[in-house]
Amino acid sequence: MDIADFFDTFFEEAEELLSDMEQHLLELDVDDPDSEQLNAIFRAAHSIKGGAGTFGFTVLQKTTHILENLLDYARKGELTLRADLVDTFLEAKDIMHEQLDAYRSEEEPNQEAFERICQTLQQIALDEIGQQLDGPTIPAAEPKAAPTPVPSENDAEANSNNAEASSNGHLLVALLNVEDKDRILLVEELEQLGEVQSQSGDAKRYEVVLKSSDSADDIEAVMCFIIEPDQIEITAVEGVATEPAPAEPEASTPAAPAPQAPAESTASKASAPKPAAKEKPKKAAAESSSIRVSVDKVDQIINLVGELIITQSMLDQTVSDLEDQSVGNASLQNGMSLLQRNARDLQEAVMSIRMIPMEFVFSRFPRVVRDTAGKLGKEIELITEGKSTELDKSLVERITDPLTHLVRNSLDHGVEMPDVREAIGKPRVGKLTLSARHQGGNILIEVRDDGAGMDRERLLAKARENGLNVSDTMSDEEVFQLIFAPGFSTANEVTDVSGRGVGMDVVKRNIQSMGGRVEIQSKLGEGTNTRIVLPLTLAILDGMSIKVGGETFILPLSTVLESLQPAKDDMYAMAGDDVVIKVRDEYLPVIAIHEVLNVENAITDPTKSIAVIVQGEGRRYAMLVDELIGQQQVVVKNLEDNYRKVPGISAATILGDGSVALILDITGLHRLSRYKKEAGKKVVNNQNLSSFKEAEPS
Amino acid sequence: MSQANNGAVLAAEAENREFLVFSLGDEEYAIDILKVQEIRGYENVTRIANAPEFIKGVTNLRGVIVPIVDLRIKFHFDKVEYGGQTVVIVVNVADRVVGIVVDGVSDVMTLTPDQIKPAPEFGVTLSSDFLSGLGSLDDRMLVLVDIDKLLTSDEMALVESTSNQ
Repeated sequence: MDIADFFDTFFEEAEELLSDMEQHLLELDVDDPDSEQLNAIFRAAHSIKGGAGTFGFTVLQKTTHILENLLDYARKGELTLRADLVDTFLEAKDIMHEQLDAYRSEEEPNQEAFERICQTLQQIALDEIGQQLDGPTIPAAEPKAAPTPVPSENDAEANSNNAEASSNGHLLVALLNVEDKDRILLVEELEQLGEVQSQSGDAKRYEVVLKSSDSADDIEAVMCFIIEPDQIEITAVEGVATEPAPAEPEASTPAAPAPQAPAESTASKASAPKPAAKEKPKKAAAESSSIRVSVDKVDQIINLVGELIITQSMLDQTVSDLEDQSVGNASLQNGMSLLQRNARDLQEAVMSIRMIPMEFVFSRFPRVVRDTAGKLGKEIELITEGKSTELDKSLVERITDPLTHLVRNSLDHGVEMPDVREAIGKPRVGKLTLSARHQGGNILIEVRDDGAGMDRERLLAKARENGLNVSDTMSDEEVFQLIFAPGFSTANEVTDVSGRGVGMDVVKRNIQSMGGRVEIQSKLGEGTNTRIVLPLTLAILDGMSIKVGGETFILPLSTVLESLQPAKDDMYAMAGDDVVIKVRDEYLPVIAIHEVLNVENAITDPTKSIAVIVQGEGRRYAMLVDELIGQQQVVVKNLEDNYRKVPGISAATILGDGSVALILDITGLHRLSRYKKEAGKKVVNNQNLSSFKEAEPS
Repeated sequence: MSQANNGAVLAAEAENREFLVFSLGDEEYAIDILKVQEIRGYENVTRIANAPEFIKGVTNLRGVIVPIVDLRIKFHFDKVEYGGQTVVIVVNVADRVVGIVVDGVSDVMTLTPDQIKPAPEFGVTLSSDFLSGLGSLDDRMLVLVDIDKLLTSDEMALVESTSNQ
C-alpha cells in the first residue's frame, strides 16, 4: 500500500472531523462550555493536525496547530470563550476546509486566507492568554507552545515558496533529556531542515544552532515524531556569532555527511518534499470514490442477508423433498441452484464490506518497534508480511492492543541485546516478523522473533515460585501457555516497556473474547513464534452441531479437539460425583451435557454416548453428547439483546429449518457443572440458578 | 359552546387508551396496544436450560432471537396447554422484544379514563405493582397489566438484574 492510498482516507476523515468540529462549536454554550465538547473539538483539531503533518500539508497543519493551541487553553479553562471567539474558530474551520479541498485537488491553499486567520488567531492568543500568562497556575514551559508572532513571520516566509531562503533564520534548538540514540536521529532530521551551525551539550540539554528557513513550529512538528514537545525548546538567535564554541570537534562529523546544497534546496521547499513527490500520480481524483456508512447499517444488511441464506436453505430443503417424491420440476431446480449461488455471492460481497486489510494494524508497528527498541537499546529490523490480508473491522480494532503488547514483549524478553547477539554468533540486528494470512476459515497472525526463545525449565521454576500447579511432564505448548496465566509475572525483569499496562493474561483474554486463541512455539536460543488464530469475522462461527436428547447445540469448532467412544474401563469416578476419563494417559473431567443442561430423554449411559474432547481457557474437558451431526458455519446471534446471559451458553444461532440452536460455552459449562455439584444432591432451585453469575466460583 | 364541547371531547379522546385483550384460562387481561409489535403462533421454541419454568425458551423472529414467557405458568394457572388457539404476543418493552404466551387474543378495546378503576391491593402471584388498573366494560372485567413493569421486574428474570451487581 502506497502512502497515496492513505490520502483519501485522510481527506475523508479530516472532512468528518471538521464537520464534527463545526457541529460542536455551534452547539457550544459559550457561557457554560461543556468540557466534553471542548475536548471533542480539541481532539478533532489534534487529529487533523497529526494527519496533515504526516502527509505534509503544511499550511493546513500550521493553521490547525494554532487553532489547537487556542483550543487547548479553552479546554483547560485558561481561555474564556466568547461568542466572537467561537465565530473566529468557525471561520478558521472554514478556512481549514478550503485548505483541505485545495490539497485534495492538488492545488496550493489560499495564502492570504491562511495568513489572515493565523494572525487573527494569534492576536486572540496574545490578547486573551497574554493577560493570563502572569497567572500563577501556568507552568513556565507551557506558554512556549502558544503561538508567538515570530513563527507567523516565518510561516509566511516558509510558505511563500519563492526559494527566498532567508539568511537570518538562526534558531537555537535545545533538546532536553533526550537519549543519545534519539539525539543522533534528531540532529540528522535537523540537517534535513537546514544547516547545522554548531552543536554541543549533554543528554540533559543538547543545543543545536540551526540555520533554517523553516519556522520553529515546523521544526518542532518534525521532531515531535521522535520526542515529546516538552523536550524541545526553540529560540531564535540574533546573529551567528553569539554562539560559543562554534566548531567543536564532534560537530563536524555529523554535519559532514549531509551535503549542503541538497539540504538547502529541500529546506526551501517547506519541510515536506516527500509527500509532494508522491502526490503527483493521484491526479483528478478529487471526488472520493468511497462512502462512509455507519456500521449499524452494514450490520443490518449482514443480518438480512443471513436471513436470506436461511430462507434459501429452507426452500432448498423443500425442493429436494419434492424431488424425492418425484414431483420435481427441472426449471424449479435450476431456479433454486441459481438462487443459491446468488445468495452465497451476495453474502460474500456483504461480508467483505466489513473487511479491512491488516495494513491498518501493521502500519503502527514500525513506530512501536522503533520506540521500544530505542528504549531498550536494541537493534531491531521489522518485517511485515501479508499486509493485505483482510479482517473484520471490529476485530481489527480489538487486535491492536494485544498485538502491541506481544510485540513489546517479544522485543523486551525475546530479542537479546546487540552485544549478546554478536557474542553468540547471531547478527546484531534482531529480526521481528509480523505476519498475517488466511488459514481455513481463520486468520493467522504471527509475531516471530529470532531472539532467545523461551526456557522451559525457567518457566516451570517460575510457575512453581508463583504457586501454579505444574508438572515436568507437561508438553512444551502447555508450559509456554503458562506465561498467560494470571499473576504469572517474571517479576525480576519488569521494565518500563513490558510489565506495564495489560498483562499477558489480559492479552489472552482479549483474544479469546474475539473467539480466537493464542499458541506459542519457541525454541531455546532460536526464537519465539506467537500465533494468534482468529475467526474471520465475529458474525460467523465454525461450529460442530451436536445432539443431546432431541435438542441441537453448537460447539465452536475451534474448541473441539477430537471425539471418541468412551469405554467403560477408561471412566473413573472421583469423590462420588465427579467422573474423569482417561484419554491417552491424561485424565480429563467429564461433563455430561444432559446433566448440566437438564436435557430429557438423553443417553445417560456414557459408554453409549460420544465424548467430545474440547479445550477452553487452556484446559481440556470431555463432553458427553448423544450424537455428532456435523460441521457447519453458523451466524452468531446475541442472546443478551432481548434476554440475558445464560450460564454455559455463549450465544445462539438460527439453523437451516428456522429454529434456534444455542452455542455452548465450554468453560461456562464446566463452571456450571461444578456449581451444580457444589449445590449438592438437593434439588437446585431454578431461581437460584438463574441468578448464578458467570463469575469464578470462589 | 359547541367549541367548548369539542375541546372536552378531544381532551377525553386524548386520554382514551387502546388495549389488546387476551385470555389466560377464563380470565381476561389487557395490555397497552402500543407495546404490541405483532401476534404469532406458538412454535419452534428452543428451551433454555436452567431458566425459570415460565421462560419457555427462545425463538427466531425473522432473525431476532426472542425469549418466550408463558404468563399462564407465571400466574400459576393449572391448565397449561399448547394448541391451535395458543398465541404469542410479541411486545416491545425497554428496547427489548419479548414474546408472551397466552390462551388467545380476543379484541382491541378503547377504554375511557372513567372505565379504568384502580387495582385493589391484593395478589400474591400478580402484585398490584404490575397492574395499571382494572378495566370495567359492561359485565366484563379486564385486568390491565403494566407489561413494561412486569417484564422488566427482577422476578421475571428476563433482564440482567442491576440491583445486585
